[in-house]
Amino acid sequence: MTTHRPEGLSDVFMEPTEAPPAAPPTLPTLGLVGWLRWAWRQLTSMRVALLLLMLLAVAAVPGTVWPQRAQDTAKVATYISDHPTTGPWLDRLGFFDVYSSVWFSAIYLLLFVSLVGCILPRTKVHLAGVRGRPPRAPRRFTRFPAQGSGDLDVPASQAAEHSAAVLRGGWRWLPFVPTYRVDTRDEGGGTWSVSAERGYLRETGNLVFHLALVGLLISVATGQVLHYRGQAIVVQGRGFANAQVDYDTFEQGTGFSPSRLVPFTLRLDEFESRFDPETLQSRDFTAHVTLTNPGEEPVAETIKVNHPLEAGGAKVYLQGNGYAPDITVHDAAGEVAFSGPTPFLPQDEVYTSRGVLKVPDVSGDQEQIGIVGYLLPTAQEVGEDLYRSIDPQPTDPLLVLSVWSGNLGLDTGVPQNVYQLDEARMTQAVDEDGTTVTLYVRPGETVDLPDGLGTLTFNGLPRYVALDLRHDPALPFVLVFALLAFAGLATSLFAPRRRLWLRFAPGGTEDSGRTVVTAAGLARGDDVGLQPELDRVLAATLAPTDDGPPAAPRGPTSGESAP
Amino acid sequence: MTTGDLSTLLVWGAATAFTIALIAFSADLARIAERSQRRVPELATAGAGAGRSARPATAVSGSEEQSAPGRSVRAEGIARSTTMLGLVMLFAGIVLRGIAAGRWPTANMYEFTIVGVFVAVLVLTVVQRRRIIAFVGVLVMGMAVLALVLALNAFFIQADQVQPALQSYWLIIHVGVAITATGIFTVAFAASVLQVLKSYREEAAADAPAVTVGATGQPVPAAAATRADRFRRVVSGRRFGWLEQVPGSRELEAMSFRLNAIAFVLWTLTLIGGAIWAEHAWGRYWGWDPKEVGTFVAWVVYAAYLHARTTRGWSGRRAAYFVFVGYAVVLANFTVVNLVVTGKHSYSGV
Ligand code: HEM
Repeated sequence: MTTHRPEGLSDVFMEPTEAPPAAPPTLPTLGLVGWLRWAWRQLTSMRVALLLLMLLAVAAVPGTVWPQRAQDTAKVATYISDHPTTGPWLDRLGFFDVYSSVWFSAIYLLLFVSLVGCILPRTKVHLAGVRGRPPRAPRRFTRFPAQGSGDLDVPASQAAEHSAAVLRGGWRWLPFVPTYRVDTRDEGGGTWSVSAERGYLRETGNLVFHLALVGLLISVATGQVLHYRGQAIVVQGRGFANAQVDYDTFEQGTGFSPSRLVPFTLRLDEFESRFDPETLQSRDFTAHVTLTNPGEEPVAETIKVNHPLEAGGAKVYLQGNGYAPDITVHDAAGEVAFSGPTPFLPQDEVYTSRGVLKVPDVSGDQEQIGIVGYLLPTAQEVGEDLYRSIDPQPTDPLLVLSVWSGNLGLDTGVPQNVYQLDEARMTQAVDEDGTTVTLYVRPGETVDLPDGLGTLTFNGLPRYVALDLRHDPALPFVLVFALLAFAGLATSLFAPRRRLWLRFAPGGTEDSGRTVVTAAGLARGDDVGLQPELDRVLAATLAPTDDGPPAAPRGPTSGESAP
Repeated sequence: MTTGDLSTLLVWGAATAFTIALIAFSADLARIAERSQRRVPELATAGAGAGRSARPATAVSGSEEQSAPGRSVRAEGIARSTTMLGLVMLFAGIVLRGIAAGRWPTANMYEFTIVGVFVAVLVLTVVQRRRIIAFVGVLVMGMAVLALVLALNAFFIQADQVQPALQSYWLIIHVGVAITATGIFTVAFAASVLQVLKSYREEAAADAPAVTVGATGQPVPAAAATRADRFRRVVSGRRFGWLEQVPGSRELEAMSFRLNAIAFVLWTLTLIGGAIWAEHAWGRYWGWDPKEVGTFVAWVVYAAYLHARTTRGWSGRRAAYFVFVGYAVVLANFTVVNLVVTGKHSYSGV
């Protein structure tokens, strides 16, 4: 079903960008320029835009089907090793980096080129339309979606003037803002016509919307170039200095230099957490920190989920939290081989946390020590030497550890995960009867390590927070363009764009003074209010004026939907 | 009984009321079908004429409504009152749920579903305030009852407070707007289904001469039957006689478009609001999280729908297919992404 298009109106009401039917027979003689022009017209046609939009929708889906490197590198690695035949191929085709893949980028870039090619000419036409006069009344009214007619006992010119005044009248609730731009024309032979147009805002909104999308894309891209983002774990009582070395992970756009990091410092003073007593689900996390900007006094601040802290042009987000047991290890010679808090990673709702201690700096030529185990914030004995945590709060903390000795492999040159023990060159301590040794340590306790390796002291249980720091100078632009797009969209979809024409022709004999009125209306898109509006204007035009008697509207439609 | 239990009871009550409404709408539809079977020939041409009118804005007028016979006034009355009753109960259930949880009740799948059903049925009553379109009633009510029962049995979790990431006024704006948009998309989808059926029937009526009477006196199809032909034949049959009471396909398409346009604007707001919230809660405004991808894909499909409507040869029935795809994405984004895919939107609580 195609939309009906009355004759004589090839402007923005129609489809300015629809490629005119190309002439295939002449194609071979087009030449390079001709071909380029032809390709450009295709690209900026609505049909191709439609195709590209659907392609974009389809191309976005694989990113939820396959794991993505940008979100989870480890998952991608697992997938590839689990699927030795398809994995590498999918990888080569970009299925693990969908949103930065060549094909995804090609689709959206083509779409935006098409959009610009489509929107710039429209802008020009629209600007001309805003400055120009409403289009003159078409010769025949019969094929328009809204029509009406009537007659009255006033000369045509006078009736036209009155009608123009009706159309120029403002809104009921905004009487000084005219609804319609109106133009009155003498068509000769005593016939007058009135053209009226409203809703330039609709097209404006549409153009603003599309251009804002371009602005949005550019802002996002600029942000990618100028941003940095890093993660840092900060233990209670300790500080963090905003320099690249203090981050656990750090990633930056090509346009950002780490030397531009503002050297503020941040200290975690206290961390508060609240959990639902029954379901043990988290209810509140608050990090109390002291922020010291360069050359300023320290200030106390808080960071919560949903309430990041702004510091040095970056936003600091609270992304995670946990316990960092403070442990001291004395080696066999009685020397301190390791001391300090070690962050353990929570594994579940009750903060059963897993951690690794690597003790390479033992004195003499003793074996290096690796300690692996769990922290239970509130330990409950559920069987002989079998514990589990029943509460995320540290009411009765217990460390459950196993001990390894040998070579930690730190000097192999392969970077190691600090939360993983490389057991390749290590052996686990066992009893005389061959069962593995497990240490149970409570705060303040010191236990002997097996095999005479030394001792371990559990000094205390400070908390830590995992912070995300992010700097993106394009954020305000992204927001402004997004909101502009939204405003433009709402305007373009809900502001009616209408054209009304009324023609006043002398009726009956030459000087009878009777005038026959015909009217037609056209709207952009789908507009149920068009006919009622035409009826209203027609009724007001035919209404009694000071100059003449009342006249009744007639015609096929005016009776049906007049208010 | 606790406030939370009372809320659940009210939602069950609403599901029951909607079931009765569904039955009443179906009875109405059956009655219309039955009546129109006796009047097929003459109505078929009349309907086609209205649908093909060159003046869409006035294609259906008030007089046509009075002349529409066969509808069951009793059934429509029951449908109307049980729908209202269900709406009131559902609203009370939602409010009590919020009170029981001590927060805005849109934090998990259960709450999302019951509020979404509320919006869809509310839009249905607004759309039908002057004139009952039994088919849309059956479709939306059927989906509403299904969704409510699913919510009560599969998605239900106790009313409770929420984790820190959800403690934000964006829970109201972002999720509230998303639910509203989903509810409106639902009714628009129903209108589009009807539009496609109706347009096939209109075509069949207009193409009637395509079946000629052969020398033997038997009807002979003029051309080989394509799938569209077969479909046309099915909907032009007696079982679809009730389609005569339905507004013309143009009017349905216009109704679907108006609803989709409103929902699309709200969906855009959902997208932007979600990005702003993600910036606060997760430290980035966009990260191609599965839920973000789903929302984006649905948005792009509906944008394509809007473009299709203005493209020659792509309006009408073809545009309706975009609505089907778009709505399928919206539903998948809610169900599959919440229940199957892991992502940051793990708020379903199921
Ligand atoms: C990123 C790609 C695009 C998106 C997301 C997009 C989105 C939209 C949306 C949501 C609308 C609805 C607003 C309205 O109907 O007034 C719209 C309208 C429109 N778009 Fe696009 N668009 C895109 C690209 C294009 C391209 C490439 C063209 C030209 C080939 C185009 C031409 C139009 C036109 C002419 C309308 C007005 C339709 C009408 O008469 O209502 N758009 N666009």
